[in-house]
Amino acid sequence: MINNLKRVLMTGNEAIAEGAIQAGCGFYAGYPITPQNELIAYMAAHLADSGGVFIQAESELAAINMVFGASACGVRAMTSSSSPGISLKQEGISYIAGAQLPAVIVNVMRGGPGLGNIWPSQADYFQATRGGGHGDYRSIVLAPSTVQECYECMPLAFSLADQYRMPAIILSDGMLGQMMEPVLMRSHKPLAISHKPKWALGNSKGRSPNVAKSFYLREGDLEKVNLLLQKKYKTIEAKEQRYQGQYLDDAKVVLVAYGTMARIIKSITHKLRGQGKKVGLLRPITLWPFPVQAFERLALGKMAKKFLVVEMSAGQMLEDVKLVINGRSAVGFLGRLGGGMPSEEEIIKNITSLL
Amino acid sequence: MLAGKIMAEAAMQEGRYVTWLPAYGPEVRGGTAFCMVIISDSEIGSPYIGEADTLIILNGLSFQKFKCRVKKNGLIIANSSFDLEDDPQNARVLRYPFTDLALKQGNIKVANMIALGSYLGQKGTVATKTIFETIRRMAPAGKKELIKINKQAFMQGLRLA
Repeated sequence: MINNLKRVLMTGNEAIAEGAIQAGCGFYAGYPITPQNELIAYMAAHLADSGGVFIQAESELAAINMVFGASACGVRAMTSSSSPGISLKQEGISYIAGAQLPAVIVNVMRGGPGLGNIWPSQADYFQATRGGGHGDYRSIVLAPSTVQECYECMPLAFSLADQYRMPAIILSDGMLGQMMEPVLMRSHKPLAISHKPKWALGNSKGRSPNVAKSFYLREGDLEKVNLLLQKKYKTIEAKEQRYQGQYLDDAKVVLVAYGTMARIIKSITHKLRGQGKKVGLLRPITLWPFPVQAFERLALGKMAKKFLVVEMSAGQMLEDVKLVINGRSAVGFLGRLGGGMPSEEEIIKNITSLL
Repeated sequence: MLAGKIMAEAAMQEGRYVTWLPAYGPEVRGGTAFCMVIISDSEIGSPYIGEADTLIILNGLSFQKFKCRVKKNGLIIANSSFDLEDDPQNARVLRYPFTDLALKQGNIKVANMIALGSYLGQKGTVATKTIFETIRRMAPAGKKELIKINKQAFMQGLRLA
């Protein structure tokens, strides 16, 4: 299927949009916000050409509920926004999770809380991995770290969302969204969208009607639905952990970072290895399910003695690392807040103090 | 922004790793703007540049804001059509009247291409041929007449070096 590979210089936002179109996204609704405007603009310019429907909604709330509706009809549907706008979408995401429908939601994170600022941030980790909306639900969360990965994570997000019938969130940030990098692109032909799913709404002639809802009033019904959801989440936790490791075999200090922070750490790790320093990188690609298996292996192994979590937040992924390490190794943290980013010197200083 | 994009695109065509990071704050709604371009033979970590090898500065305000953000013994190429502050120490500064030169060419907007030419005349980071191909590819359909003047401007810059 891979033919006519070509390299295109594009922003992370555009790469996500192009990746979505090629993944067979049939419906997009969104509302503009910096720093993700290139994404909605790209969708406005190109989705219709591929047979999809683009709507600039009147609000973030409207957009996520349009996605709810489109998804219920069996169409690959997505929306995107940045932090304050994603907060507005939480009710809809909870409903989609409750109704067991697939949807892809892209968050190009910016500084918060509140309206915050427009600079890159990773402070929405809790919101994405813990639910964000109400109720006992989860979303699959993918964290690309290069513009190439922005492009490649979209088919994965759609197929995981379809497979498990639940929301999948792409956690990007202002830096990754705005920067341009070469993307190795497949042919422009979008993936053929498979037949309408069995659960989708539509003409029910000859079958019992399908229902998409998250409302269960009869005693005990909602608990049954919840138990079903939890069973699904257990399967995902067992089967869908993804991460990238670098120099982990003999690392004395393992750096843990995702997204933009991870690409910066990766180059620092190369540099320090060149100086003979035994550092490694563990980069979670799925933030939920968190790649606990990789951490378990390191915690049980002989070499990795210390972990250093680096985030553009006050320490959110840090909690997941501490949960899995559970006191077996030292876990340090370095973070900047409100749109700030740890500098290379700052990071190296922190690593050196641990070696 | 465009000059940076052309350089990044051309370097990509030559098989290098590149990143391009724009100013996307209030700058884009008037006032000064900037972009950061990294060209490398290995994978690039942060696209953000603390201290640059070279600064190409097209106006006085940006000169004031960025002149200290160059590495020791780095290069600054500045537009002397505007009033510029004194040169920073420890940097090689080349001043050319890019805006005046562009006006003489008949289009003020090509000042950036003259500046890009003068930079590549100094550094030779990418080949002129690749820059020309990139300009041709990036010119919007229906505005192909812009290719010629941009190439001319670039060549004039190249000769300044």
